[in-house]
Amino acid sequence: MKELEYPFDSEYILKKSKKIRRQLLEERSEFLHRKIAVLGGSTTHDIVRVLELFLLNQGIQPEFYESEYAQYWQDVMFDNPQLTGFAPDLIYIHTSNRNVVKYPSAASSEAEIDAMLEEQYGHFAAMWDKIADRYHCPVIQNNFEYPFYRVLGNREAVLPQGRISFLNRLNGMFYQYAREHEDFYINDINYISAAYGLDRWADPFYWHMYKYAMCMQAVPEFAYNLSNIVKAVFGKNKKALVLDLDNTLWGGVVGDDGVENLEIGQETSMGQVYSEFQGYLKAQKDIGVMLNVNSKNEYDNAVAGLQHPDGLLRPDDFLVIKANWEPKSGNMAAIAQELNILPESLVFVDDNPAERDIVSVQMPEVAVPDIGTPEQYIRVLDHAGFFEVTNLSEDDRRRSEMYRANIERARQQQSFGDYQEYLRSLEMRGTIRAFEPICMARIAQLTNKSNQFNLTTRRYTQSDIERFAASEEYITRYGRLEDKFGDNGVVSVVIGRKDEAASALHLELWLMSCRVLKRDMEYAMLDGMVRACRACGLKTLFGYYYPTAKNAMVKEFYGEMGFVKTQEAADGSTTWRFDIPDDYADRNTVIAVNA
Amino acid sequence: MSREEVFARLNDVFRDVFDDDGITVTDATTADDIEEWDSLEHINLLAAVEQEFGMKFNMGQVVSMKNVGEMADIIIAQLGA
Repeated sequence: MKELEYPFDSEYILKKSKKIRRQLLEERSEFLHRKIAVLGGSTTHDIVRVLELFLLNQGIQPEFYESEYAQYWQDVMFDNPQLTGFAPDLIYIHTSNRNVVKYPSAASSEAEIDAMLEEQYGHFAAMWDKIADRYHCPVIQNNFEYPFYRVLGNREAVLPQGRISFLNRLNGMFYQYAREHEDFYINDINYISAAYGLDRWADPFYWHMYKYAMCMQAVPEFAYNLSNIVKAVFGKNKKALVLDLDNTLWGGVVGDDGVENLEIGQETSMGQVYSEFQGYLKAQKDIGVMLNVNSKNEYDNAVAGLQHPDGLLRPDDFLVIKANWEPKSGNMAAIAQELNILPESLVFVDDNPAERDIVSVQMPEVAVPDIGTPEQYIRVLDHAGFFEVTNLSEDDRRRSEMYRANIERARQQQSFGDYQEYLRSLEMRGTIRAFEPICMARIAQLTNKSNQFNLTTRRYTQSDIERFAASEEYITRYGRLEDKFGDNGVVSVVIGRKDEAASALHLELWLMSCRVLKRDMEYAMLDGMVRACRACGLKTLFGYYYPTAKNAMVKEFYGEMGFVKTQEAADGSTTWRFDIPDDYADRNTVIAVNA
Repeated sequence: MSREEVFARLNDVFRDVFDDDGITVTDATTADDIEEWDSLEHINLLAAVEQEFGMKFNMGQVVSMKNVGEMADIIIAQLGA
């Protein structure tokens, strides 16, 4: 909904929240349902009210638990039965500098201040440890914003007695915890309050009247930032940028003005603005965002523009370049298809409101921010938080490289007559093993991101994944695939629950990344599961298919794998059975598997 | 701004905030008259009124305000109308 996309009108959202909520629920019927516990150190009513809108807009329907006023710590430490009964999928701890109970005074010694820090930190760390132990769910914790006054003036940040110094050190300890613990995320309210304006943010009226940690008008910007972490944790991040060229990546029109007359580089103010923007996009690529072009241009002119000596982006920074005279909405669909991702994972960036409008209307799933004027492009894209980073995995950093290798493979495929011959030419090497610590984060990420090749679409947190790995009751396998073009990383995940009584294994999850479709990786995974079953005397596999809006491609998957359908429910869910024959021979013959 | 105009605009704000086009506020309207007007919604209501009229209530005013009539009085006094 346009009203909820950055940059939004906060006052409109606050005033019309009830109407907006009603519309969101009417517009969409399918939501990801998630239970979110909001444990507050201050009033949380309006935070929950606005957070709900942003999450609904992302396709997540939250059910909230709110602690009683300022009971965040007690709820966790004393096992409030309402909270344990709620069984949250995510816990958010909404604290602020108003919850810091001890600050140094001008007379405090450094040793006393160190002890105070340890005590404050210990209060929080004990709660986080308890949550990890009791709830096994992701945690989002606010850091501390700066106070709105400075007794020591500019020395407040310098001297250990100053509150700014104290909060900076405390924040540092929070960050350290976040680096050392998976599934623990910091909501950076110190940044958000600064970006908003601390004096307005910290308006004491709202604290003393209503016990709000920030002014009411700041709640939407605050809640939006929080919603970005939540949606990223639940796998709703965007994956790719699709960029216009003329007046988006450089000033001027390359076809009319010629490459030499484009504004890019350090010579003019406008050229500097575009250079900074290209630098920003290049940094996005480095964290795994896939860059593409969708431009009304002759292809040769587009590439010539991207080779401008003062430009920072080069043609090979892009995965797909569509430069033609087709409608941009059609190009968007083609880009999604070539990358093998859903249109809802794309963000379209174009300076021309008419082009944005066509894409919004024709492809409502695509995010189409109103990016403003060139000097605003970076702020709008950045604060919109499309690609919120929760974890920088090696795979994220190498994503563009992997997708490029995929496009190369597609080209090669065309030159082979026989498909098996082509597969053999890829020199594929697979690793199929029980879940290992090094890839838990990637496995959890895959369970939240895979929609198409996903038989049961069960979403798991990293804590869930670790539990399966440690349990005797489950057989887990992940698959990693390399070939002569590159390493695809972890691409397939299977989880089976043992049923000793029936000598059977129930396949609760089977998913694969679409970037390795038709590579026989699914056969290699089946071989791996069969081997694991035999090792512990299980004789039968049961597969389950639960239909969603996106996984029709695997409706007949188990049938293709040689399973027999035993049940079909009215909603299209099916159950499949595979009795492992004594003379089972490996199905995969093209991937060299290293178990 | 006349008292009638202030009331007309207040009425729109109430309708937006409570998402109910059946609301008509008078001098004597209080939180008891509108079902969803509780202490938490009150905070949002005041913020929306402040935005509508481009003014701010101070703490003393918020604490002592008893009905919509008094709210209108404060707005008129503050706007110097």
